[in-house]
Amino acid sequence: MDQQLLSLLVVGATFALYIGIAIWARAGSTSEFYVAGRGINPVANGMATAADWMSAASFISMAGLIAFLGFTGGAYLMGWTGGYVLMALLLAPYLRKFGKFTVPEFIGDRFYSKVARVVAVISLLAMSITYVIGQMRGVGIAFSNILEVPLAIGLMSGMAVVFIYAVLGGMKGITYTQIAQYVIMIFAYTVPAVFISLTLTGQVFPQIGLGSTLQGQDTYLLEALDQTMVDLGFTMYSATEGGMSMLNMFLLTMALMIGTAGLPHVIIRFFTVPRVRDARKSAGWALVFIGILYTTAPAVGAMAIWNLVNTVHPGEIGTEEGHLAYEDKPAWMERWEQTGLLAFEDKNEDGVIQYYNDANEEFAAMAEEEYGWAGSEIVTLDRDIMVLANPEIAGLPGWVIALVAAGGIAAALSTAAGLLLAISSSISHDLLKGVFMPRISEKNELLAGRISMAGAILFAGYLGLNPPGFAAEVVALAFGLAAASLFPTLMMGIFMKKMNKEGAIAGMLVGLGTTLLYIFTYKGWFFFSGTAMLPDNPDGWLLGVNPTGFGAIGAVFNFVTAYIVMKLTKEPPQDIQDLVESVRVPRTES
Amino acid sequence: MSQEDLSRQAYWRAHLRLLAICLAVWFLVSFGLGIILAAPLNAFSIGGYPLGFWFAQQGAIYTFIAVIFVYAWRMNVLDRKFNVHEE
Repeated sequence: MDQQLLSLLVVGATFALYIGIAIWARAGSTSEFYVAGRGINPVANGMATAADWMSAASFISMAGLIAFLGFTGGAYLMGWTGGYVLMALLLAPYLRKFGKFTVPEFIGDRFYSKVARVVAVISLLAMSITYVIGQMRGVGIAFSNILEVPLAIGLMSGMAVVFIYAVLGGMKGITYTQIAQYVIMIFAYTVPAVFISLTLTGQVFPQIGLGSTLQGQDTYLLEALDQTMVDLGFTMYSATEGGMSMLNMFLLTMALMIGTAGLPHVIIRFFTVPRVRDARKSAGWALVFIGILYTTAPAVGAMAIWNLVNTVHPGEIGTEEGHLAYEDKPAWMERWEQTGLLAFEDKNEDGVIQYYNDANEEFAAMAEEEYGWAGSEIVTLDRDIMVLANPEIAGLPGWVIALVAAGGIAAALSTAAGLLLAISSSISHDLLKGVFMPRISEKNELLAGRISMAGAILFAGYLGLNPPGFAAEVVALAFGLAAASLFPTLMMGIFMKKMNKEGAIAGMLVGLGTTLLYIFTYKGWFFFSGTAMLPDNPDGWLLGVNPTGFGAIGAVFNFVTAYIVMKLTKEPPQDIQDLVESVRVPRTES
Repeated sequence: MSQEDLSRQAYWRAHLRLLAICLAVWFLVSFGLGIILAAPLNAFSIGGYPLGFWFAQQGAIYTFIAVIFVYAWRMNVLDRKFNVHEE
């Protein structure tokens, strides 16, 4: 069967499944719409959380990111998983005990202030909307690059499916769909990885394969990869030198961890389980399901770069037979050249490809003199193809290619749906019921929830079709904001009984403000190019701190400001202190 | 101060102690072994993995999972001991 037809059939089948779930899991009350009636099994919630959390970026981009970073790529792996430890130990169980519907609702009640609630809604909307743009881009990539369907048609069919299950089912429909999406996503990710690991190392598990010897040789894969990278003028793959500095790796890991723990669309998933003890256990299961993908990703990244380099340089570097001739390029290269994610240019017109680090001046000068190279001839190498082209590189059958397309779309849709629920519940529950129309009936609130969900989907779809040029940068901003604003405020709300509204509001504003200021200084005001005030490179950064890792420092500013303001203003009322006491224990006699 | 308040305080103190231990492990495997000490640890290896690299890209994640389950298990024990467990 034709590959495109097969892929479309597989993706169509997954869409039919999601719609079937939507019809089965309709929401009948606000509790079902916001928190799935609090009846989700903790293991099932762990699986839904994993799909909610693992976005198009985790599925499509992360392995490629690690492939180009080597050792320091660990910042993303540890950052995006270590946040679950913080969430499980410091936030989720207490917020579940509190027993309301949204994250801003906790902040508003705990800090007895509508202002605090509105500030929390603004942070939530800023980070969730920027995050949703990235998911829309992921849906677009899967459709236009794998399925070869025009972006607009692909995007609109994806949005239509989300519309059906999110508007009808709210959190209940989203939860059951996310479970199905997790299963599709994890098969799509691990099947090609297992085949590639078997081919290269003879090991079934990629996690073991990455630490094994190459098939039929005594050399370890990582050792051989280190050597190859050095031969091409790059830094050693597994060594700590090269990539980012230790300080920036530390700060980025910290910012991603506390940012992850503070993401409202993930926190609300823990409101759906029946008990406090389920929330703790469920976070562990979530990390098990996430860990399956996150421990596979480093193997996918390293093996993809190994395969690529060895395809281009099949023999000894600099010799006649050491380079791939342009006319012998495998079919997958030709196909991916058409998408624009991969491009070659025969700079020295010798008819064979050289791929090396031409930014390394010493190596480039040596290569020019010794071998007559005139620059690296892979002129475009998008990190996304490290995952997308994997099944073709490994020569896997057509159904695996179809599965990767369905997996990429599942990853993007599941995260988009979670974000859309966080957005719509903050509008219908926090703004409408909480601030503007406190006397709204449950039936009308449910209707308002559905309308704001529909509005959010249309808005996200519009942004997906007309992506702002700064989409990639903004995702880093979302984590910085979550780290600097919501996480410290939530944590102080639980662990500092005397923290008052003045401290919390001042802390949130200072955390948000300093983080935005630092990012805008280097990335441009509101990301408009040309408005950056200092160069965005290690020499321009204040004390060498990369803007993407600044959220960790913004969080410290938040804590310190809140503490000082708290000391200068009066304590919170007794009933608030009692509320804090009650969220700290799973069962309180009423 | 009532008996219940005292027991509530003791529960919270025991909880904070457990949190401190769990967070120390969390910090040690990631920021300690996976970042700050990664370079010297790379002199050792597990199979073909340099040890520091293994912690940064594999070991830290396995440890995080263990930390959450151990925390959940110890908290259930603590909840029962102080009679604040759910049915």
